[in-house]
Amino acid sequence: MNAAELAAQGLEVIVALAAAPLFLGWVNQCRAWLANRTAPSVWLPYRNIVKLFGKDAVLAQDASPLFRVAPYVVFSTMLVAAGIIPSMSTRLPLELAADAIALVGLFATARVFMSLAALDVGTAFGSLGARREMMVGFLAEPALLMVIFLAAHIASTTALPAISAHLTAQSFALYPSLAFAAVAFTLVLLAENARIPVDNPATHLELTMIHEAMLLEYSARHLALLEWAAALRLFNYACIGFALFVPWGMAGGAVGPIGLALAVPVLAAKLTVAGAGLALIETVSAKLRVMRAPEFLASAFLFAVLGLLVHLLLGAQA
Amino acid sequence: MSPVHATHLPWDLQLLNACAALLLLLSFAMLSQRRIVTLVDLLAVQGALLTTATVLLAWRSAQPHLYVSACLTLALKVLFLPWLLHRLIRRLNVYWDSEPLINPAGTLLLGLLIVVFAFGLAQPVSELASTTTRSAIGIAVAVILLAFLMMITRRKAMSQVVGFLSMENGLFFGAMSATYGMPMVVELGVALDVLVAVLVLGVFFFQIREQFDSLDLHHLESLKEKP
Repeated sequence: MNAAELAAQGLEVIVALAAAPLFLGWVNQCRAWLANRTAPSVWLPYRNIVKLFGKDAVLAQDASPLFRVAPYVVFSTMLVAAGIIPSMSTRLPLELAADAIALVGLFATARVFMSLAALDVGTAFGSLGARREMMVGFLAEPALLMVIFLAAHIASTTALPAISAHLTAQSFALYPSLAFAAVAFTLVLLAENARIPVDNPATHLELTMIHEAMLLEYSARHLALLEWAAALRLFNYACIGFALFVPWGMAGGAVGPIGLALAVPVLAAKLTVAGAGLALIETVSAKLRVMRAPEFLASAFLFAVLGLLVHLLLGAQA
Repeated sequence: MSPVHATHLPWDLQLLNACAALLLLLSFAMLSQRRIVTLVDLLAVQGALLTTATVLLAWRSAQPHLYVSACLTLALKVLFLPWLLHRLIRRLNVYWDSEPLINPAGTLLLGLLIVVFAFGLAQPVSELASTTTRSAIGIAVAVILLAFLMMITRRKAMSQVVGFLSMENGLFFGAMSATYGMPMVVELGVALDVLVAVLVLGVFFFQIREQFDSLDLHHLESLKEKP
């Protein structure tokens, strides 16, 4: 571990913190453009967060300490996750702390705290949202794990930075298995981040909301932290996707200031394209009924397992 | 650990493998598709993929007779049979299959188990085969079994016929990847067989509908006529 790697680690976390609301704003802007609406500014999520931090928090009468702690837990898990996921450098000192499977566990921790906090106050919407969130989570997690197993099998390691370093080093080849995994990952990303086919992030319509239903009781700094955490989660998922499927352009090997300086615009370019793509997917697809969400996630699982099986079958010939 | 092997493959084998993987994916798409019109389109795409794979294999193995069978596949399975089926759909006015016997998510998971089984089944066979595409035998077996599953879980005669044709595609792909295709006589025979089968089944459709006012095959399960 040297100073350059530590600097890369610090830069990654800071960039994630700073750029996550921007990425969310960009996705929202693209969505508005695609729907022929006047787009809100890309800086809107920042203003929202700043505004919320300036307000006085209101807590429900029956709220337990868990309710107060949950936003901090959720936010810090997302922050730790941002430290583990290689977005600009494949040499991260934190990679020893947790591998890709532990990363899935981190996301699960955030989800459990979120749901418990929503159940804690005892409102109808909160428990409805929490139960739906757990349903989506337990269906999406196996698919995500399968995607990670496939990548881990290709690279013979479960450490995410090492996986992307391995994938970057390879010469270009057609990987049907990785293509399947990419589709599966996209579906999981949509489901886990409460994007359109599963949940609509822009609605507060009682019967359809999942993520927003859990936030209803929160206000001020708690809400600000949770919204920031949601933006960070989207950013983290996007970065996992880049690390697994488009790992080129990251600073690898001996990390130098030049490599890092080059990695920043590459990441920005990837995020710009991914945000536009995400907005496009959301615009062309309709929100599924909650009952159909298992089918949606079953197909994600199917793609992931098919990718793994095809890799085991076709990759076995040398 | 050794890095992944696919990088060492020449590009045409990589393309072949991609075709095989897409064939498997298409089988799943057919398994979950309830619109019969789309089902027939998927069958045409499957045929097109099979044609591509055959041409690639013919080029790779320098077997000229595979070009002929590629042309045959193109003419029969991409152009003629889908056209015929579309015409039948229009004339019989069946656009949707009724609810399948197992729910869609369940069917997909069952399909996954079948793929695992098929890959295990094909393992010893592909060790014996000497072709460069031997690892795709597992996929061919999976396509056959998935088409079989589709025939079992569907009620309408039309989707069962599509399942039957998809099974034939799987068999063809299997023969291709195991032994670079069957002898020309057999291939021509099978092609003719399929053609005649579909034509006869087309006549059957009208008979079934005339008898029962529907193409739902569960009417055929009772032995006696209803009083």
